[in-house]
Amino acid sequence: MSQYILRRIAIAFPLILAVTTVVFVMLRVALPGDPAQVMAGDRASPDQIELIRRKLGFDRPVVEQYLIFLRNFAQGDLGRSVKFREPVMGVIARAFPFTVTLTFLSVTVGTAIGLLIGVITAIYQRTWVDNFGIVLTVFFFSIPTFWLGLMLILIFSVGLRLLPVQGAGTWRHFVLPVATLAVGQSALIARLTRSSMIEVLSTDYVRTARSKGLARRQVLMRHALRNTLIPVITVVGLSVGGLLGGAVITESIFGLPGVGRLAIDAISNRDYPMIQGAVILVAASFVFVNLLVDIIYAFVDPRIRYA
Amino acid sequence: MRSERLFPKQSAPAGLYQLVLLKFVRNRVALAGLCCLLLLLLAILFAPQVTPYDPLQKNTPERNQAPSLAHPFGTDKLGRDIMSRVLYGGRVSLQVGFLSVGLAVIISTPLGLIAGFFGGIVDNAIMRVMDLILAFPGLILAIWLVSLLGSNINNVIIAIAFFSLPTFSRLIRGVTLSIREMEYVMAARSMGAGSLRIMFFHILPGVLGPMIVLTTLGVSGAIVAGASLSFLGLGVRPPTPEWGAMLADGRNYLRTQWWIAVFPGMTITLVVLILNIIGDALRDALDPNVRA
Repeated sequence: MSQYILRRIAIAFPLILAVTTVVFVMLRVALPGDPAQVMAGDRASPDQIELIRRKLGFDRPVVEQYLIFLRNFAQGDLGRSVKFREPVMGVIARAFPFTVTLTFLSVTVGTAIGLLIGVITAIYQRTWVDNFGIVLTVFFFSIPTFWLGLMLILIFSVGLRLLPVQGAGTWRHFVLPVATLAVGQSALIARLTRSSMIEVLSTDYVRTARSKGLARRQVLMRHALRNTLIPVITVVGLSVGGLLGGAVITESIFGLPGVGRLAIDAISNRDYPMIQGAVILVAASFVFVNLLVDIIYAFVDPRIRYA
Repeated sequence: MRSERLFPKQSAPAGLYQLVLLKFVRNRVALAGLCCLLLLLLAILFAPQVTPYDPLQKNTPERNQAPSLAHPFGTDKLGRDIMSRVLYGGRVSLQVGFLSVGLAVIISTPLGLIAGFFGGIVDNAIMRVMDLILAFPGLILAIWLVSLLGSNINNVIIAIAFFSLPTFSRLIRGVTLSIREMEYVMAARSMGAGSLRIMFFHILPGVLGPMIVLTTLGVSGAIVAGASLSFLGLGVRPPTPEWGAMLADGRNYLRTQWWIAVFPGMTITLVVLILNIIGDALRDALDPNVRA
């Protein structure tokens, strides 16, 4: 077991290193124009541009810049934001809790609803309940988040005046964004749970459990559901990782000051240290969450460890 | 009657794709969806004939009109007809959807085939690069690429194709891995077929089925991704109509002119819904365990 975990960790570190390298190279090489010029703005004098260039180390050889960048990154220093005029790390640290709250609430709510729909449709396979569930989940799966968000605002904020449109002050501000993301999540989980449950219900050990006289409920809860959950865990993990960086649209619609919105604002402000920091942190947390999922997976399903 | 059912007339056994088609046609929901989609595609293609209004033509006296017979989807703040903007906007959105997935398929098919067929170092090299792309959250990667390359529709297509590469090449690699071990591949090899010939004439046809399913679902994902980018203000520039950009515009008028945001969004949802239903039906049709 510990060997398996070590092996997984050993794979994760080079990946994060590669991610940071790609981000570094893209910003230095692929960027049109001189970053110091862009950061200084159109009206800056050559002296000012030179000063910025020296301050940010752009006058040194690229390899040296890269090594300095790596050293700083290892020490948790991602540079200073041009727009906020403070360390990137601090700005992201303020935004991160909003994104984390949004992600965990929507994944939890979505997964709970999805599991319920998935199990019910699998039990009542090929009945009207199942058909209704399938139609509902395909629909939930297909609504783009940006439209769903706007429609929820239209109904609950503009129409019924129940919930605030934008901001992040109270729990009421989180209701609509969480609902927006939970709908898609529930559809994803419901579809997966249904097919996984149907597969498990046709296995020999479920038939054995039934034939030895166990109650239907007990077979479902103790024998079937547990194995149904195995593939679900991976997908839940992937969606946590994905939403940590992918809640851009939802954060932007509801004005939540999270990491996704920070990244978008940084891109439109050409705040390069900020873009670099946000992309690296989001990618790193994605890799980290996936690592966690792999480890949980090995605990839940012993077959994985020996594969 | 009875004997006919017991001993049906002998005819040539149906091929795989004939069976798939038969199973697909029996799925009435998917068939209805396909018809709707074709109708919508025709309306988008023949937009100038379908709607009398120019999508860019300002018409101040008729601005901010609620849906009516003359303007079924209403008009926006400049008096432009929303329905004709939705139809013309569909050209951009569908172009983004189909071209980006097409590009992703063209690049990832050889990559997946080579990785799965040769294995070893080649496989490792290709798949680690794909893992690296996967480590970046898709939408942020796309936003970032578009802002680096420049904000226009071609770069939107490139960016979406780029972040779909891992999904496609992983699938093709996986199927290739399992087909590689089949006896008919060995037979082809023993008759002296080269690697290229085996990959493209013996393995590729087997990959086609799952790839069609993924392509259908991929197009719906790419349409949403494209619309998301223009919703965030990247890609298509106003006044060019595009579904995501129209939604972003309508967002500012939710309180007073709800129709500006509702109809473009409804159209995207409808197209994505139909593509997902068709994708699901194709998957069921290709799955030998699912009976027609």
